[in-house]
Amino acid sequence: IASLVTCLFAEFDDAANLLAANPDATTISIEEPAEIPKNQHGRLQEPGREEDDELLGTDDSDKTELLAGQKKSAPFWTFDYYQTFFDVDTYQVLDRIKGSVFPVPGKNFVRLYIRSNPDLYGPFWICATLVFTIAVSGNLSNFLIHLGRPTYHYVPEFRKVSIAATAIYAYAWLVPLALWGFLLWRNSKVMNIVSYSFLEIVCVYGYSLFVYIPTAILWIIPQKVVRWVLMMFSLCLSGSVLVMTFWPAVRDDNRRIALATVGTVVLLHALLAVGCLAYFFDAPELDFPAPIIPAHNGTTVITKSQ
Amino acid sequence: FAGLADVSISQDIPVEGEITVPVGSRSPDEDFSTLDEPVKDTIMRDLKAVGKKFVHVMYPKKSSALLRDWDLWGPLVLCVSLALMLQGGSADSKDDGGPQFAEVFVIIWFGAVVITLNSKLLGGTISFFQSLCVLGYCVLPLTVGMLVCRLVLLAGSGTISFIIRLIVVVAMFAWSTLASTAFLADSQPPNRKALVVYPIFLFYFVISWMILTFTPQ
Repeated sequence: IASLVTCLFAEFDDAANLLAANPDATTISIEEPAEIPKNQHGRLQEPGREEDDELLGTDDSDKTELLAGQKKSAPFWTFDYYQTFFDVDTYQVLDRIKGSVFPVPGKNFVRLYIRSNPDLYGPFWICATLVFTIAVSGNLSNFLIHLGRPTYHYVPEFRKVSIAATAIYAYAWLVPLALWGFLLWRNSKVMNIVSYSFLEIVCVYGYSLFVYIPTAILWIIPQKVVRWVLMMFSLCLSGSVLVMTFWPAVRDDNRRIALATVGTVVLLHALLAVGCLAYFFDAPELDFPAPIIPAHNGTTVITKSQ
Repeated sequence: FAGLADVSISQDIPVEGEITVPVGSRSPDEDFSTLDEPVKDTIMRDLKAVGKKFVHVMYPKKSSALLRDWDLWGPLVLCVSLALMLQGGSADSKDDGGPQFAEVFVIIWFGAVVITLNSKLLGGTISFFQSLCVLGYCVLPLTVGMLVCRLVLLAGSGTISFIIRLIVVVAMFAWSTLASTAFLADSQPPNRKALVVYPIFLFYFVISWMILTFTPQ
């Protein structure tokens, strides 16, 4: 076991060859069959513990998928099957959120935090929170911008909640579906690619949206420059999480396809942010001139609002 | 009965007696049938149960009465009255008005179902309808808050009325969340309590937002 551990630590030191070594690890496992049962046995005893951070970080996708297959063995029509997707504790969810807000360069979010235990709690409730945060912040910001104007009558704009819900849930669930299908298709053509399961992709997307929640709250500030700076900042943070997750999955592929894939991921993410800012938050500092008021002596007086 | 052990009955002696034991003027069947009681008794029993649960919500203690005898009458009454009170603010012809009756109804019931599913999926031991019952009954402080807000809005809709409404809604929101947490927290696994409480917080926050932003036409 000591030799296995040192062997794994040696692999972990060379992070650049880490994922490229995965196909090699497969061939190694064929040559040394005696070490595999010990490896899996050790893994099964401590699923998802934080101390196994380094060990599971070096694991190849085959073994993690095997472990995942052993976990989710209930048939899909039973309640227990869906309970396996909510098998997270409070500290795990908080750790995953922390990992999405403070991305460490070089560390893969999925390998580090998800580790064959993808949950649906995070994506679902982060999306729900984001929907209501955007709707409420947008409403509040519009109210504060138009506050001084005498012709302004406050409206709750409740319709925008359903629009926000449709947009955000569609982004967080359909884009991962498309991406997963695309990666699956490329995986069938080029063998040496790290592959993610659909739920892991949904997880990454869901947790990467978390940083937009404080951004949406700060977008209440009615300054254009502030809003765009905030958007760039949050786009960089969440975009980097996505890029660091998906770059290892496509970099062994054709160069142009890899760049196009990662570029599309970032572009869609940016489109979501820009679209939310444009639709839910009215432009500040827009001076609408008040309507022309005809004076008593026939001349017209144009008054400008402050 | 020790003395009867020595008694033996020979098969030649006929045994006679009464098999049925008289239990008084009512047979056991009539205890479970409520067909014969006056209608007032039936209605009052249900109303008293609902009223008792309202009192439990207003003074939340960790009692199991709310959980044991769940019913959905109270949540229905509260949801309908809240949705009706939120109605008058959408007389605007544009789509930017407040929520319609159906939207409030769907948000409350769909939200309660989703939260219940969430707590069950996380490993909670509470039953589905018990959780719906608790979440529905804990809308009571917010309904009272809505009533107060409408009364305040009758007096005027300036800044002072807004501040009063804000204080009332925040207080009722805190009351609702604390009441439902007091009832539901025990049935959750200990290291996932925050994961279960947060959606409840979000649910009552959305309802409070709808109440606070209500503007009459």
